[in-house]
Amino acid sequence: MKKVTNRHSISRTLLLAVVLLFSIFNSAYAQEGEGDSSQTEIPADAEEDSEGGSDVQGDVAAGKDLFNSNCAACHKLYKRSTGPALHGITDKYDKQWLYDWIHDSQAMVQAGDPDAVAIFEEFNKVPMPPYPQFSEEDIDNILAYVEQPKPEPKAPASAEAGGADKASGGGGGVSTEVILGVLSFVLLLLVVILFLVNKTLTRFAKASGVELPEKKKEKRTPIWKAFAQNQFLVIVVSIVFLLGAAYFAYGYLMQVGVDQGYEPVQPIHYSHKIHAGDNGIDCKYCHSSARVSKHSGIPSLNVCMNCHKSISEVAPETATEEYSKEFYDAEIAKLYDAVGWDVETQSYTGEEKPVKWVRIHNLPDFAYFNHSQHVSVAGIACQNCHGPVEEMEVMRQYAPLTMGWCIECHRETNVKMEGNKYYEKIHEQLSKKYGVEQLTAAQMGALECGKCHY
Amino acid sequence: MSSNKKYWKSVEELKENSPVVEALQQNEFVEEIPTDEFLGDKESLESSKTSRRDFLKFVGFSTAAASLAACEGPVVKSIPYVVQPERIVPGVANYYATTMADGFDFSSVLVKTREGRPIKIENNALNGISTGAGARVHASVLSLYDNNRVMRPMIKGEPASWADLDAEVLQGLRNVSGDIVLLTQTFASPSTTKLIKEFSDKYGNVRHITYDAVSEDAGLNAFEAKYGYRALANYDFTEAKTIVSVGADFLGDWQGGGYSPGYAKSRIPKNGKMSKHIQFESNMTLSGASADQRIKATPSQQKAVLAAIYGYIVGGSSTSNLPAKLDDAVVKAVRQLRKGGSKSAVVSGIPEDDAQALVLEINETLGSSLMDTENGKMTRQGNAKAVQQLVKDMNAGSIGALLVAGVNPAYSLPNANEFVEGMKNVDLSVAFSMKEDETAKLCDYVAATPHYLESWGDVQFTKNTFGLMQPTIRPLFDTRQFQDTILTWTENKATYYEYLKDTWSNASIGFDWNSAVHDGVFEGKSPVNVDTTGIAGGSAAGAAGRLAQAEPANGKFELVLYTKTALGDGKQANNPWLQELPDPITRTTWDNYITISKPDADRLGLENPIVSNGAMNGNYVNLKLDDKTISNIPVIIQPGQAEGSIGLALGYGQKEAIQEEMQVGVNAYPIYKDFKAFQNVSLEKAAGEHEFACTQLQSTMVGRDDIVRETTLEIFNTKDREHWNHIPKVGYNHVETPVGVPGKTDIWESFDDTVGHHFNLSIDLNACTGCGACVIACHSENNVPVVGKDEVRKFRDMHWLRIDRYYSSADTFEQEKEDLENLGAFETFTDVETASYDNPEVAFQPVMCQHCNHAPCETVCPVAATSHGRQGQNQMAYNRCVGTRYCANNCPYKVRRFNWFLYNKNDEFDYNMNNDLGRMVLNPDVVVRSRGVMEKCSMCIQKTQKTILDAKREGRVIKDGEFQTACSQACDTGAIVFGDVNDKDSEVLKLKENNRMYHMLGNLGTKPNVMYQVKVKNTTEV
Repeated sequence: MKKVTNRHSISRTLLLAVVLLFSIFNSAYAQEGEGDSSQTEIPADAEEDSEGGSDVQGDVAAGKDLFNSNCAACHKLYKRSTGPALHGITDKYDKQWLYDWIHDSQAMVQAGDPDAVAIFEEFNKVPMPPYPQFSEEDIDNILAYVEQPKPEPKAPASAEAGGADKASGGGGGVSTEVILGVLSFVLLLLVVILFLVNKTLTRFAKASGVELPEKKKEKRTPIWKAFAQNQFLVIVVSIVFLLGAAYFAYGYLMQVGVDQGYEPVQPIHYSHKIHAGDNGIDCKYCHSSARVSKHSGIPSLNVCMNCHKSISEVAPETATEEYSKEFYDAEIAKLYDAVGWDVETQSYTGEEKPVKWVRIHNLPDFAYFNHSQHVSVAGIACQNCHGPVEEMEVMRQYAPLTMGWCIECHRETNVKMEGNKYYEKIHEQLSKKYGVEQLTAAQMGALECGKCHY
Repeated sequence: MSSNKKYWKSVEELKENSPVVEALQQNEFVEEIPTDEFLGDKESLESSKTSRRDFLKFVGFSTAAASLAACEGPVVKSIPYVVQPERIVPGVANYYATTMADGFDFSSVLVKTREGRPIKIENNALNGISTGAGARVHASVLSLYDNNRVMRPMIKGEPASWADLDAEVLQGLRNVSGDIVLLTQTFASPSTTKLIKEFSDKYGNVRHITYDAVSEDAGLNAFEAKYGYRALANYDFTEAKTIVSVGADFLGDWQGGGYSPGYAKSRIPKNGKMSKHIQFESNMTLSGASADQRIKATPSQQKAVLAAIYGYIVGGSSTSNLPAKLDDAVVKAVRQLRKGGSKSAVVSGIPEDDAQALVLEINETLGSSLMDTENGKMTRQGNAKAVQQLVKDMNAGSIGALLVAGVNPAYSLPNANEFVEGMKNVDLSVAFSMKEDETAKLCDYVAATPHYLESWGDVQFTKNTFGLMQPTIRPLFDTRQFQDTILTWTENKATYYEYLKDTWSNASIGFDWNSAVHDGVFEGKSPVNVDTTGIAGGSAAGAAGRLAQAEPANGKFELVLYTKTALGDGKQANNPWLQELPDPITRTTWDNYITISKPDADRLGLENPIVSNGAMNGNYVNLKLDDKTISNIPVIIQPGQAEGSIGLALGYGQKEAIQEEMQVGVNAYPIYKDFKAFQNVSLEKAAGEHEFACTQLQSTMVGRDDIVRETTLEIFNTKDREHWNHIPKVGYNHVETPVGVPGKTDIWESFDDTVGHHFNLSIDLNACTGCGACVIACHSENNVPVVGKDEVRKFRDMHWLRIDRYYSSADTFEQEKEDLENLGAFETFTDVETASYDNPEVAFQPVMCQHCNHAPCETVCPVAATSHGRQGQNQMAYNRCVGTRYCANNCPYKVRRFNWFLYNKNDEFDYNMNNDLGRMVLNPDVVVRSRGVMEKCSMCIQKTQKTILDAKREGRVIKDGEFQTACSQACDTGAIVFGDVNDKDSEVLKLKENNRMYHMLGNLGTKPNVMYQVKVKNTTEV
């Protein structure tokens, strides 16, 4: 009877394991679905919808191109900017009026057209440039584009259906993890089974009276005692231990105060990747003082506003998996809040809240570093010391900024002297002295203590 | 012969076999530091609560705590501008020209600002109009960040708003019964004059009284009587051949100062010629110290001397009633004056209208081109008589309203107590003040005024030279400048800026406002007509007779009140830089004191003992004038003080709106009777000893000579260099060999200093007047901390640049030479010293790190914290220094300074570096040193590096004159010249090749990069 009970117990365990396995698979898929549904749908298929929806006839695609190249600097579809929001414009004004306005708005204002004057007054008397080159067809195309129905963010409910489809074709990365998980579970199961089998067999053997060979217990010195008695080994081990400890202690101490990789959270999530990378803005556009000053300077907010006056939201393509469009737009709103910019009235309120950035590169006070020397005189790229900033979503300290690191570079880098009258004399003298044509910073005296410590 | 003179720094050194001096030549301290007494004293050790084990525990704990704390860096916040001003680039300095005019110091300056904070004052040399800038002008930037300033308007001691203050004062002014009196400092401002006139027109019964705490009334009266407008004669000594001064410290604050640049130019021998300067005086002053011949004369003798000079030159007399010795000196001086002809001038500091009238008369007779009366000096306008009348009127109750601006009469009036009484009869009293000082405390209303660096204004230096004042920072506090307030009270809606611009645009004098603001100074005509008496040509007849009859003070001392280089009239008494600036003559800081001659001191039993740690003490005296007594004034025995005379500095002893540490000295204004600097007083010794914080015995060069080199013009012109400026030689293989011949008398390996820049600094001992501007400029450029009186007394001052003052023995070199030749070898030493004690010659020598090419300090540093740069600078890496102080020990020039304590953010040293406001003055390019490290002059490496970088960026060659140190820039006499000797066109190279060039302690072979020019004295007699 006993045997039967045992067999039962194994099969029951197996069953349990299979159930467990399935439940894991299920939960994994479920997460996948949820993750997708949180995203909103991009109005990818807006073009087809517009066919019936709008009363403006025109080529939406051509209109989009014209709009982006001519109008987008001042107009947005659904929001006020320098000029009014354009969606719904055809309901307010008749077509001929719009043609006239776009061809030459100032003429209309001067002629005293009441609508024209009203809109000119409303937008701080900023004149709209005339576009006589646009044919009426062009304008129709633009209007067709701006009058497309506003795309609604797709409801989460609609995503649910698609969720399952996407999960079935799920990413390879996830499935390997699952497979590995299953494998390890099976192995674990095997170990358990082996143990149980062993136990059962022993019991069988006992029951059948089979004699199992007893383990012989010899009297041996325990290994730790043997070790302690071997003085040579003790000395070797302790030397190795001490050396190892010293190595690690040294390593630990040498990294004290070195903040390489320091990546603090900033009050406004500013992405260098978007600005310097995607949009290719020159570093020195914002960090302009690096050209003339020892500081590279954190740009003042008025520099941000040079562009962000008209860029109040990011393009949908800017959003990444990690950071959504809403997230970025909220960050731009933070900028507006700090600089006191009222998006509604397109004007400054005068309420300024200076931003307390967290400083990343902290040289000690006793070390003097001058950006202009390196940037303007030597012409070194910013990336030499700051790393691939244009790829950094969050700015971090790339270089160790230790003295050894500075010295290393000064030893190896040749000073750029061509065409600089200052260097003419000293280049002549030093190249004669050292017998070389190219001089390193070190040969110029850039290793002297007093050059950086005063 | 020149370098055989014996120089000495203190009275103690002259005593025969003084154990103190001998000890100091050998040791750092006179006595052993009593370590054994403490350590060997079992009782005191046992009574100590800290056991050895506790001590070790503390050490262990603090080490662990420190290393733990060091592991995690702090989070540093950076806050950029929201809207960055166009002209401000973080890290780049902006310069603005403006004008200092606080009623005592008037100077056109250049202000260096960083990120909108003024951090340093520099000379404005742009327009060729030199107004001179001394230590106080350079230090005035720290007064901007004074913690004790009034931060907002006050009504009856309570903070108030400007609206309330305006309303109440306007009410008061409208209903005033009696006169309205404006008691102001000298503004010398055309716009302010115009504004005050408009104010008077509005209220009708307004009197404007100008009050100078330190009066130049006599000079003004005499000038006004003769030339018809209230000003002072202006002098330019650039071309001078003979200058005779009778009691005028014209290198100091005499008649507003600013004469040293021209004077110094005339002192540098050119084509074998230089000016001759003869000084008759009682106190030892800067002018006396620089003079070729200094004749001691008490105030009464000075009057007689001036009368005699007048007699000889104008009166045509051939004899005088002077004692023979003095008469001889006067006759010689007169001969010099005649020889100089129109290139000579007499100046006098005698506070008598008669004396000043005589001076003008003498110079007129000489036809002096040095004196300019057409373009009179306008920076003193005070009227002593009117001020005295005001105090009387106040007590009589006829003053309804008193508006006090920029002056502190309750402190600085001789009869301040009467003024205080009189204030009770005044219904409406307003103080326009930066401080809640003695006067502001008495007034109902305090209209807080801004510092000059926060204000607009114009200044009339001389009749035709003007300066503009522009703000360099937005007002730090809720202040409003005097003129703006008066505009409000005249119900004029304009701001003072608009008013000012308007004044000058109406003047149609043809200059561009923007360029005038940019330059800071310009020449022109005043757009405002000042009422003048118009009566010119007053006669000096009888004046000489009256002066000559001056009686010596029988049984009393003739006191000469003077102003010290550091504090002046005391307006900036709360400025720690100035308090710690050693007096050029006595080398004493943080004090004023009576200077007395040795014979007088002996008679009264006064002494200046040197105590065990080398510091100096002094006896106290009580001073009595009529019924006024000032008790416990410390005494310093001053070599060269005229017998029977004593000196005492004004401007000390303030008690209100001044930090406790800076409430030092005694107030001498109560004995400034009738605004006259000459008084007859009696002295008596009082009990107790005063502790001076004096840098006098400090930094002795352990008995080594060859420090200052002097010669006379005659020897300089006739003998070759070897005679008066020999190159030091040492024996090598029993052959005299010049020091520093490689392979022979040079054990060093030389640096290659021919490549790139090599900086040298030249100091001309002839041009240095000891004014101290360089010392303050160095402080502000290099963030030198203030250590306080107690620490200075322990010789722990942190000055990177000191101006050593050496007394030397004989009246003239000739006399000394004769004396030495006639005396036996062993007598020479003592005799020369003692004989000349009473009237020594003085030499000033600015000493900073000499930046030796063979630096003794570099070789002894165990951690290589100090090393040599290829550009000649001896560099000091503070972060590497572990504080062994070997370098300071091995430095023959004693220029290294050790941070015994943490001087910033430390309540024990509560000076400017201990408060947020005061720290705003720090130079961000220079690190603030911490405790336990050595520091010293860096030859302003931050400035040379910046000049090089600017040139690199602009891709150009550096011109001579671009390289400057803080001291060379501050030196308006041109004594300190800095530059690159590898630049063949540089001035400093010419100076290096000059015959007068020598190196201090050249026999040591340290090959310094700082050089000196031999001092030449013009002892030529006619």
